[in-house]
Amino acid sequence: MTKSIAKPIKTPKEVEREFNLLRVLVGMAIALFIAFLIILLISKTPLAALESFIIGPLTTLRRIGNIVEAMTPLLFTGVAVCFIFSANQTNMAVEGGFLLGALGATIGATVFHLPPVLHPLVCMLLGGLFGAFACYVPAILYVKFNSKPVVSSLMMNYICMYIALGIINHVIRDPGAGFPASYTFDETAQLARILKGTHIHAGILIGLAVALFGYLYLYRSRRGYEIRMVGKNMNFAAYSGMPVNTVLMRSQLIGGFLAGMGGAVEVLGMYTRFQYQGLTGHGFDGILVGIIAGYNPAMVPLAALFLGYIRVGADVMSRMNDIPIELVSIIQSIIIVLVVAERFLYKLKHRKLVEVAHKELAREEVAAHE
Amino acid sequence: MDTVVLSMENITKVYSNGFVANKNVNFSVNEGEIHALVGENGAGKSTLMKVLFGVEKPDEGHIYLRGKEIHIDNPIVAIKSGIGMVHQHFMLVPSLTVAENIVLGMEPRKKGFFSMERAVEITEKAAAQFHFQVDATAKIEDLSVGKKQKIEILKALVRGARILILDEPTAVLTPQETKELFIELKNLRDEGLTVIFISHKLNEVTELCDRITVMRAGRSIGVQEVKNVSESDISRKMIGRDIQLNIQKTRAKPGATILEVANVSKNSSTSAKKALDSVSFRVRRGEILGIAGVEGNGQTELSESITGMNKDFEGSIKIGGLDVRSHSIRQTRENGLAHISEDRITYGIVGDGSIEENIISDRYYKPEFQKGPLLDFKKIDALADGLIKDFTIKCDGRDQPIKMLSGGNMQKVVVAREFTSGSSLIVANQPTRGIDVGASEFIRNKLVELRDNGAGVLLISADLNEVMELSDSLIVMSDGKIAAYFEDAGSVSTDELGEYMLGIKTMSPDRIRSVAGND
Repeated sequence: MTKSIAKPIKTPKEVEREFNLLRVLVGMAIALFIAFLIILLISKTPLAALESFIIGPLTTLRRIGNIVEAMTPLLFTGVAVCFIFSANQTNMAVEGGFLLGALGATIGATVFHLPPVLHPLVCMLLGGLFGAFACYVPAILYVKFNSKPVVSSLMMNYICMYIALGIINHVIRDPGAGFPASYTFDETAQLARILKGTHIHAGILIGLAVALFGYLYLYRSRRGYEIRMVGKNMNFAAYSGMPVNTVLMRSQLIGGFLAGMGGAVEVLGMYTRFQYQGLTGHGFDGILVGIIAGYNPAMVPLAALFLGYIRVGADVMSRMNDIPIELVSIIQSIIIVLVVAERFLYKLKHRKLVEVAHKELAREEVAAHE
Repeated sequence: MDTVVLSMENITKVYSNGFVANKNVNFSVNEGEIHALVGENGAGKSTLMKVLFGVEKPDEGHIYLRGKEIHIDNPIVAIKSGIGMVHQHFMLVPSLTVAENIVLGMEPRKKGFFSMERAVEITEKAAAQFHFQVDATAKIEDLSVGKKQKIEILKALVRGARILILDEPTAVLTPQETKELFIELKNLRDEGLTVIFISHKLNEVTELCDRITVMRAGRSIGVQEVKNVSESDISRKMIGRDIQLNIQKTRAKPGATILEVANVSKNSSTSAKKALDSVSFRVRRGEILGIAGVEGNGQTELSESITGMNKDFEGSIKIGGLDVRSHSIRQTRENGLAHISEDRITYGIVGDGSIEENIISDRYYKPEFQKGPLLDFKKIDALADGLIKDFTIKCDGRDQPIKMLSGGNMQKVVVAREFTSGSSLIVANQPTRGIDVGASEFIRNKLVELRDNGAGVLLISADLNEVMELSDSLIVMSDGKIAAYFEDAGSVSTDELGEYMLGIKTMSPDRIRSVAGND
């Protein structure tokens, strides 16, 4: 008889899954908690500071707009990171790719003169190709010469930066602007604003489409399956007959393309000319977004929203109170450390597993006696 | 006179993947006995010994040494307490001499510098005391497996071990080396040492040991005097049921040649010797060709070359007429190759992947699994569920990460993939290593079934019983060369095989040549 012991027992699989989610959530909670502690310590008016940090971003339409504007480029770089890191390549040239993408779009928007709709599309394509180039270099160096992308991609970022600044300063600089910047973009190239009273532009829609595409590609198509298998165990992929090097290149080219497209969308949507003076940090933020999302593009919008929200919160807080905006960097670093730390919450998980095992044992015992 | 020297009480160990390796295990050994710890692979023997040696921490339970409770947090504590362990994989530095390895971590010094003379002295004194014959100045890499094992034992003894754990010591030895080891172990027992002998070879246990503890599925089933039990008693306790030890198979009906290996040579990556030295043979459809030999005599290189994993070799290899070197692994697989790798974790599976992801890795790209630009998950799910059922894979469902399965079930996932790809040549390299008897039996029967359906099978195995039982014809490899070829595997004795494996005997080139089919 099994009636008496019909109570369902969690399987180890469920425990494992539960803890992967828990790790991310607890990581974010701890990071926020520490941020609150810091606020309490350094602020003369901690409650007001906290309030503007938590509720501030939602108080006006303009601020809500700021959240969406902040998350838009992160959708692109976040999905880009999903592609590259799913193949287990630590290629951080998404950062340089983003800037090169902005450069590509700038060239498209100032040199070419095309009708609306077509013009931004051409600019994004150009930006994407530029971004793909940034990621191509570390990728091919690894495939051909086994040089680890961790180092080469960081170097590549500086190369990208100087390429972009060099071209802007020496080729398409507008002498009429009072600071180093390109000529203004053709109006046909700029992305339409979609909500009055904010700077929210069509880029958010393109970004969401990219996230959907990324999910379908990585998790629902054969090419995405290849990327994930190569990333999880390259030897296994080769043994199974997958073209490992091709897959590695493909994942990074797509990632670079998306990062570059993000750069294009950002300048075309937010600005009227290229006016960056250095690397923008959007690529590194994308790495954080990708990590929080567990390299699943479907989760990227949520992760990007979270980051956008605390960014705007910190911004509001720093303007209304006595807290510096750098607080956000602290929160970010704590999240990264806790989320990527595989052994974080390990003891708790292990205890849970032992408990499950005990219940299982007890059930076996009962079954054996009956 | 039977004094309990060590006892472990109520040991429970849960691994972080949720696998319960030990369930309330009690185990104790007496002074001056050879105590066998037997059980199927995965029964928890190795885990129990790792707990004893401080490699794994138990979740519950106590360990008592001479009546006093001790906490063995790491191997250093174990060694200080007089517990020594000889692992399956030797922990020796190949480029150093025997003496240097023996004193590793406790190096004798003279004027602050390492003293080679004293190291040799220590080694020779210990060797004399325990009746071991070793050359203290020889380099480890030049020694045979049997000799290396002796060094490992000596290393533990020099560190003051009174309790010696040997984890499946005979798995890597030839029959002759095994006999020698047994004599030495009996000597040690007579000196008053305690030996814990882990094995699943019952004939060895009855020959060598005094008492026996049987483990099954993480529990200890009981302790007995070896003289009071028969092998079949032990076997029944280990398995929990009677199993049929012999595979039923009819005579092979060889057909067309499916694998042709011609004059394959390969330089060794670790030594000046050749890993493969003009090896030629063929495998025909409908036959199982076994390759026996002590591990490390070229089997790994041979299987890597045939399966396209490593194309850096001389000579030619053709599968179904297709040259392996000039084609990709995918092309070779499409041309009929199935491959069970000896290194399951590195090549055979992707540990972080689900069971389903592991099953489709060789066929996910085929048109039948596509629906528009996406994968047809309805079909893939059905395939995975079907194979899980057909191959009786014990799991929580097709989306469970494969790393959470036991070794036997992982291997079943591998064979579920490799045996259903419609292949005409199966290269099975150590297909049942480290997995339980039930799964082994299942895989062996499947190999015979595939043979009967017209596939050629190349079976590489260090398990002599397995190759002898399954093979129709048999090759013995030694030093990268084919040392012997037996057209009828049934006509060979283990002793004879052992002599060829050790390189004591070699067949004439003419007789070996007949294996290539050009007689």
